[in-house]
Amino acid sequence: MTVAVDFRNVDIVFGADQAGSLAMIDAGATRAEILEKTGNVLGCAGASLTVNEGEISVLMGLSGSGKSTLLRAVNRLNVVSRGQVLVKDGDKIVDVVTCDQATLRRLRQKQVAMVFQQFGLLPWRTVEENVGLGLELAGVPEAERKERVHRQLKLVNLDQWSKKYAHELSGGMQQRVGLARAFATEAPILLMDEPFSALDPLIRTKLQDELLQLQAELKKTIIFVSHDLEEALKIGSHITIMEGGRIVQTGAPEDIVLRPANDYVRDFIANVNPLSVLTAWNVMRDRRDLEQGKDGWVWLDRRKTTRFKIDDHGLVAAAERDGKPAVWVSCADVESQSEEAAQVFWANPGTSLKTVMLAMHRSQTAPVALFDDQSRFVGAIGIRDVLSAVLRR
Amino acid sequence: MDPISQFMVDHKIPIGAWGKAFFGFLTDNFDTIFRAFSNGLNFLLDGLVNILLMVPPVLLALVIAGIAWLLQRSRPLAIGVFLGLIFIINQNLWKQTVQTLVLVVAAAAMAMAIGVPLGIWAAHKPKVYRVMLPVLDLMQTLPTFVYLIPVLTLFGLGNAPGLIVTIIFVIPTAVRLTHLGVVSVPKSIIEAGEAFGATKSQLLWKVELPSALPTIMAGLTQSIMLSLSMVVFAALIGAGGLGTEINRALGSRRIDLGLEAGLAIVVLAIVLDRMTRIGVGGKK
Repeated sequence: MTVAVDFRNVDIVFGADQAGSLAMIDAGATRAEILEKTGNVLGCAGASLTVNEGEISVLMGLSGSGKSTLLRAVNRLNVVSRGQVLVKDGDKIVDVVTCDQATLRRLRQKQVAMVFQQFGLLPWRTVEENVGLGLELAGVPEAERKERVHRQLKLVNLDQWSKKYAHELSGGMQQRVGLARAFATEAPILLMDEPFSALDPLIRTKLQDELLQLQAELKKTIIFVSHDLEEALKIGSHITIMEGGRIVQTGAPEDIVLRPANDYVRDFIANVNPLSVLTAWNVMRDRRDLEQGKDGWVWLDRRKTTRFKIDDHGLVAAAERDGKPAVWVSCADVESQSEEAAQVFWANPGTSLKTVMLAMHRSQTAPVALFDDQSRFVGAIGIRDVLSAVLRR
Repeated sequence: MDPISQFMVDHKIPIGAWGKAFFGFLTDNFDTIFRAFSNGLNFLLDGLVNILLMVPPVLLALVIAGIAWLLQRSRPLAIGVFLGLIFIINQNLWKQTVQTLVLVVAAAAMAMAIGVPLGIWAAHKPKVYRVMLPVLDLMQTLPTFVYLIPVLTLFGLGNAPGLIVTIIFVIPTAVRLTHLGVVSVPKSIIEAGEAFGATKSQLLWKVELPSALPTIMAGLTQSIMLSLSMVVFAALIGAGGLGTEINRALGSRRIDLGLEAGLAIVVLAIVLDRMTRIGVGGKK
């Protein structure tokens, strides 16, 4: 995988006494201590994070945790006090912290586009003039600009609104204009600073879905700032949690939910519905940890209600439930099955926990088996595994 | 007088004398330059007035009404402007009104030409604004009569010194409102401009100035109104126009003349105010 943005030990301090503050950061001082001693505000300290091409990396934290500060270092809206911010620029890698003005402008025009929380639209311009802003600043000729702007407006379903002024649109539409403006420059890297926070919940969900759809097609590298964990879990391929200017934990969404690094993260995820994040893979017991019977039989659950006979290739040869032969059925078909025949449901590692639970519900809390792509048996989920995952115990 | 006050009076700081010496130095050494400047300016202003007076008054009134229509796209306004100007022609004050109009428009234009760049500069550099602020206060609050005297000694009598006095009085408003407009451009749209790679000048022309335009236009309207209020003072040092009529009315206690000229100024003020109100009630 190619690295698109690489933060290396980034410190950001707002204020005059940069050297003094940096020394305090090195000594491990907190934001409050630095503020008291030097009068400077610590934006972020020692932040290292790698964002790969094509992924959505979410920066999370309470307000003031430094997430926006770090994001805005990518296009130098915030000046980095120390460290490197490496951004992919075609075949080259540019350090935004030290590059000259001309390079920075080129990056901003062609490589890194941004979407703002407060939309940042120019109220005296029409929708199409707003969308064309980046292209106009980059000196793209008018004919080409018009063509590209209209393509973007179509993409976000705003082509009928192109002649309206920005303030005549609803909040959700205004942010779609903001999105179109960012897409119009065809920059491969997209910075999104709490883009949906100012919108009401229904519109927010809708725009998240739209973003995911567009992303499936456009494959941008997106760095997304959010204070809403549900949002982060929904759209993020990686989540980075920040507190007081420092990175606390980085990982895949389920890592964060299953293995919170400290109490701050635990508080964060306390109200998250684990069903929206977890998959069968996250909660299963590995095949090797299951209780082995004789003749290749394996018990799927601790209560010994259900067992599989596994052949040499790892495939299931026979199944038994409550001592009677049973058939094994995919969880995907759970709705269409009659409840009469003795069944054992199976899932893929990527199947959502919710579907697994539905299957358990249908089968009177029988365990659910896990098969890989080649239908080999890899593990099982019992009712206790589900309960402990949901209760996080 | 008590001894302390007496002591202080005995050691009076000779500000007046210093000022006098300074202006004496200017007149002694650069008199020709100031006079040449003044003559040139007088020539320009008088020339403009004469050209406008060659046009038949009703035709000129129609042209101004046409400009009003072009600026505001409002038929009632254009008709109102035309009727107002007809009233002035009817009062036999057309020549004076044209003189005043030229002076006011020239002063407001000059004040904007100087004040807007200064205002932008001050908005970008807070330190500059801190230095500028007391000077602006001085220009606005120093009684007009006080700087009539040095301007008179440097530039002599005529339209030119009248114009200069008016400009001095009006510039602070242009600077202040431009500063206000540029400073209050929302940070979010400035960042949007920066994030998409605007240069400093692109940021100024495509983001800051359009955003500040309504305030700057309010500055223009204010400049014109303040210029009109200076007409009477400018007339004291020889600027022609409606101000001269009013001074004459005052000197000879002629209520009728004063009323007529005063009303003409009011009509002119309303006409110019309505014509230059751009961006306030316009597109929104």
